Amino acid sequence: MDTQQHLSSVHTHEEAHHGHTHASVSHHAGGHHLLQVENLCVGFQMYETLPQQSSPAKGIACKEKQTKRFGFFSRTTTRQTMQWVIDHLSLSVHTGEILAVVGASGSGKTLLADAIMGLYDTNTCVEGVIYYDGVKQDASSLTALRGSEIAFVPQSVKSLDPLMKIGKQIGGDPARRAELFERYSLSTDVEGLYPFELSGGMARRVLLCTALMGNPRLIIADEPTPGLDLELAVQAMKDFRTFADEGKGVLLITHDIELALRVADRVAVFKDGTVVEETAVANFAAPHLLNHPFSRALWHALPEHDFSFEGEL
Amino acid sequence: MSRKHLFANEESALHEGNDASLQAASVQAATLSAQGFELPTVFHRPAVRRFNNRRQTKLICLVSAAILVAIALIGVLLMPVAMESDLSQARQAPSFEHPFGTDNLGHDMLIRTVAGLSTSIGIGLFAALVSSIIALILGTVAALGGKKADACITWLTDLMLGIPHIVFLLLISYALGKGFWGVALGVAFTHWPSLCRVIRAEVLQVKQSSYVAVARSLGRSPLYIALHHVLPAVLPQYLVGLILMFPHAILHEAAITFLGFGLPPEQPAIGIILSESMSYLSVGMWWLAVFPGLALLLVVLLFDRAGQGLRRLLDPARAQE
Amino acid sequence: MSVLELQQVSFSYGAKTVFANCSLSFDSHERVALYAPSGRGKTTLCRLLAGYSKPQAGQVLLDGQPLPQMGPCPVQLIWQHPEQALDPLLRMQTSLQEAGPLEEDVLHRLGIKPEWLTRYPRELSGGEMQRFCIARALAVHPQFLIADEISTMLDALTQVQIWDFLCSYCDEHEVGLILVTHSQALQDRLATRVVNLDSL
Repeated sequence: MDTQQHLSSVHTHEEAHHGHTHASVSHHAGGHHLLQVENLCVGFQMYETLPQQSSPAKGIACKEKQTKRFGFFSRTTTRQTMQWVIDHLSLSVHTGEILAVVGASGSGKTLLADAIMGLYDTNTCVEGVIYYDGVKQDASSLTALRGSEIAFVPQSVKSLDPLMKIGKQIGGDPARRAELFERYSLSTDVEGLYPFELSGGMARRVLLCTALMGNPRLIIADEPTPGLDLELAVQAMKDFRTFADEGKGVLLITHDIELALRVADRVAVFKDGTVVEETAVANFAAPHLLNHPFSRALWHALPEHDFSFEGEL
Repeated sequence: MSRKHLFANEESALHEGNDASLQAASVQAATLSAQGFELPTVFHRPAVRRFNNRRQTKLICLVSAAILVAIALIGVLLMPVAMESDLSQARQAPSFEHPFGTDNLGHDMLIRTVAGLSTSIGIGLFAALVSSIIALILGTVAALGGKKADACITWLTDLMLGIPHIVFLLLISYALGKGFWGVALGVAFTHWPSLCRVIRAEVLQVKQSSYVAVARSLGRSPLYIALHHVLPAVLPQYLVGLILMFPHAILHEAAITFLGFGLPPEQPAIGIILSESMSYLSVGMWWLAVFPGLALLLVVLLFDRAGQGLRRLLDPARAQE
Repeated sequence: MSVLELQQVSFSYGAKTVFANCSLSFDSHERVALYAPSGRGKTTLCRLLAGYSKPQAGQVLLDGQPLPQMGPCPVQLIWQHPEQALDPLLRMQTSLQEAGPLEEDVLHRLGIKPEWLTRYPRELSGGEMQRFCIARALAVHPQFLIADEISTMLDALTQVQIWDFLCSYCDEHEVGLILVTHSQALQDRLATRVVNLDSL
């Protein structure tokens, strides 16, 4: 069957299709895939510094000696290898849905956001299949979608331009901006400030406003909540919910499972560069509803539950 | 057969420089697509190089430095020859015998240019080094030495920047009796202020950083912190300052020599050669200015290349490029 | 056993008073959780306790003595943002050596992999950097350890691993642990005493 046609067609509440599964309870309005990522691989070309060493306890002492032996022009210090961080990852965001990607920090979740946004470092290798709204994308079309169709809430508050006043950076219609500011209890003075004058929480809220400002159909939020107190974080989550309910989509990348569970429809559990399980939020009610051992380990690790390791990692 | 492995094959092909295995990889890709597998879109790939970037940068650094050293050494050896004049060979246009031509007194311009470059490299390096060290010391002291030291040094910096430095340079050179040392010290003492400002700001920034506070809390002495945290942080700025100062120093040497306050006229130096050439340009002896001028440009570019490369190698943020 | 106390400490940023005449004491057997709304001065308090800044009035005393001026501070602070606490130009092993020799198993127990040692901070994740910061603080054998919201940026599994290690280490070596956290669940799990800064 023609993939493109199939992707944009309505399909019923099947739990498994297009290489991924989800529970029947998920918001799956028209069944339409807004974003579909298949077999995404992201790797880095790295210079090998030293050969791999054994025991960590002795690590420091022996490494020190070896560093000295490697000369400035030695071959060993300049050999390049490919390190794959994201490995055959597939996920999808339907219209009217929030998909939360949760997993260990440092496992490459941010790279996933960058890959979809078309932001690449010089030494990265990114390949896979990405459909947006049923249309297969390449690097240049992703760049074109960025900002207009897909909005990004970056992880680092350093993403604000330090030399531009906030009001100018957000841009757009002043009335809409005032409305957003009021919603996130930012005073209008903030428009006249520079990023360094903002507290961490304020900068975070400014980033949220920037993403909501335009009229995107998909928001990719990379850890949007650290630094916000609970009330504001919940507010931000509710806004994502409202946004999704308007028939748009949100890809929420976070490590804060508790918060994600409040608003998301489905949760993709991310481990070792791939999604090990895409499941309905309801399944996080009890560990036996989760399929993958890693998901169960995450469940047990939550301070609200057992706060311990369980199962294999 | 996954896509990842395909790429791995291409990688190893590159490393081995083996075109056959590269071809094999693309054949595999073609077969896969023929079998009805959907081929992934490649969104981004690192640029393919036979020599990787880091190695290439090291090579460029080394080669540029070697050429500079070679020019300087050959120039010193050629110095006596460059002074010899042969009136029978005077005013010759570039030829096989004299590739850069000869001047009014029959000096071979190639030899004279190389000797001149050697003098200029010497003055440039010396002046840039001394000047950047002054800037480093004053900048660091201003940032770390308390309010009074900071006020004094900032005042001095502003004062130096307020005076047009060619005037100051002429005065120092004249006071020191002109010649090599007059020019070198003149340039050295006038070029530190802007770099000093940059270094002061940079050191202040590092001083306020959390990691310096942590080092202090772990019981590290101010000297340790200066050597291990502050110095590496200002090194890139320092190197850029040094690189930018080198051509500046050479051009100033040329300028004050041209104005008659620099090197004695018999000494081969690019400034002298260029200023002498001025009077002969109108009679069509273009080679007197063109070749030495190009040679000067080349040396400055080489120095710039070496410096930029070194900076790239030292910067961990760009370590993987 | 040792005691860390704040005696009638006052601190203000310009006109804004953060603490006025505030007294508080901790002993090395307890794990105290501090909490307050943002902007109340939690980080300021941590900085005062670890000797990063000096109070304008009053004293910070460890066993009745002011904190030593020279040598490693016996009260170590672990920062909320590990990327700011590590020199971006140094490889992790160099940063670690700054604190002196480490106990054999600390790196292993913290889950630090040998290949991270030769990386720069920007090549590691927040959780990985935070482990190094903890190892570094422990290398000077502190009597008190202050953790300023160290787990807000970390995922659940890393959080468990780090707290698990910190609690057992502090029990073994009689190190007092002072933790700042918003999370009610963490306070309930970890602390033996909870202090609300607003009540001071």
